[in-house]
Amino acid sequence: MSTENADGGGGTVAYIQHHLTNLHTGEGFWTINWDSIIISALLGGLIIWMAFKVKDNLESGTPGGFQNFVEMILEFVQTQVKDSFPGHNPLIAPLALTVFLWVWLMNFMDLIPVDLLPTLAAGVGIPYLKVVPTTDLNTPLAMALVVFVLTVYYNLKVKGPVGYLKMFLFHPFGKAAVPANILMTFIEELAKPLSLGLRLFGNMFAGELVFLLIALLTLGATVSAGLLIWFPLQVVLDLAWLIFHILVITLQAFIFMVLTIVYLGMAHTKDH
Amino acid sequence: MSITITLIAQVLAFTILIWLVNKHLWGPLSAVLEARQKKIADGLAASEKGIQEQEQAEARAEEVVNEAKQQAADIIAQAQARSSQVIEESKGKATEEADRLIAGAQAEIDQEVNRAKDGLRKQLSELAVAGASKIVGKEIDANAHKSALKDLIAQI
Repeated sequence: MSTENADGGGGTVAYIQHHLTNLHTGEGFWTINWDSIIISALLGGLIIWMAFKVKDNLESGTPGGFQNFVEMILEFVQTQVKDSFPGHNPLIAPLALTVFLWVWLMNFMDLIPVDLLPTLAAGVGIPYLKVVPTTDLNTPLAMALVVFVLTVYYNLKVKGPVGYLKMFLFHPFGKAAVPANILMTFIEELAKPLSLGLRLFGNMFAGELVFLLIALLTLGATVSAGLLIWFPLQVVLDLAWLIFHILVITLQAFIFMVLTIVYLGMAHTKDH
Repeated sequence: MSITITLIAQVLAFTILIWLVNKHLWGPLSAVLEARQKKIADGLAASEKGIQEQEQAEARAEEVVNEAKQQAADIIAQAQARSSQVIEESKGKATEEADRLIAGAQAEIDQEVNRAKDGLRKQLSELAVAGASKIVGKEIDANAHKSALKDLIAQI
C-alpha cells in the first residue's frame, strides 16, 4: 500500500493511527483509556450477568442447555487446574476461569468488523474507539501484574520468606555462584509476568493490525475496475483471517490461563 | 500505547471480577457439580449394593430350592420304603391267614373222617354181632363178649 500516492498514503497512516488511539483523557502517566476500561468492564459485567442467569435456575439433577454450556467451560478449566496445579488452593480455579472467560471475551471484540464500532461511536460523537481491550498494553499487563503479585504472595506464604530468599540465592547454579543466581532468578521472575502480558498483547495487537491492513484494501476506493479485484480479495482474506483468529483468540486465552495456573503452581512447590 | 494509570484501573477491575466470579459463578456452580458427583457416586454405590444383594438372594433361593428337593427326595424314599414294608406285611398276613384257614379246614376234614370212621366201625361191629348171632343161633350176650368185640372193633 506504500506505493500509493502521497494523499492516499497520508490517509492510510491516519486511518491506522486513528484505529490505534484509545479514547483517552489526561496526559502521560495519568492518561485514562476509557474505551479499554469501559469495554472490559462491560465484558466483565456480561460474565457476571451470565453467572446470575445460571445461578437463578441452577439444576443439580438435569441441567438445561445454557447451564450445560457453562458447566462444560467450568469443567474444562477445572481439568486444567487439576493437571497443572499441585496441591489445593480454592482461589486458583476461579482465577483461571476468570482469566479464560474475560480474556476470551476481550479478544472476541477483535472479531467484530474493525470499522463497525468506531464508526457507530463517531456517529454519536465519540472521536476515538479502540474496541479490543487486550490490544491496549495496560489490560494484559494489569492481569499479568495481578498474577505476579499473587505469585510473590504465595511464594512467601508457602516457601516462607527464608525459603523464597534461598530460591534467589541458590537457584539455578547452586551455592557456588550466588551473585549470578540472584541476577538469573530476578530476570526469570520478572520475565514471567512480562512475557505473560506481552504475549497476549502482541498477538492481539498484531491480529488487529492485520484486520486493519485487510480493511485498507478498499479504503477510500471509488467504484472502478480495480475494485472488482480488490473487493473479492478483501472478502476472502478477511474471512480467512477471521476464521484463523477464532483459533488465535481462544488459544491466547487458554495460554494465559494455563500459564497463570503454572506460575502459581510453581509458587506452591516447596523445593524449587 | 504506554503504561498509564489505566493499568491500575484494570488491576482493580480484574481483582473485582475475580472476586465476583468466585462468588457468583464458580462457587454456586461447583457446589452443584459436587452435589451431582456425590449423587451419582451414591447411586452407583447403591446399585452395586443392590446387585450384590440380588446375588446373595439368588444364592439363598438356590439353597432353599436344593433343600426342598432334598427333602422331597427323602420323603419319597421314605414313602417307598414304607409302602414296600406295608406290602410285605400284608403279604405275610395273607399267607398266615391262608395257612390258618387251610389248617382249620384240614382239621375239620380229619374230624369228619374220624367221626365217619367211628360211626362205620360201630355199625360194622353191630352188624358183625348180628351176623354172628344169626350164625350161632342164639343171642350173643354183648356184655359177655365185650372184650372180644372190642378187639374186633379195634382190628377193623
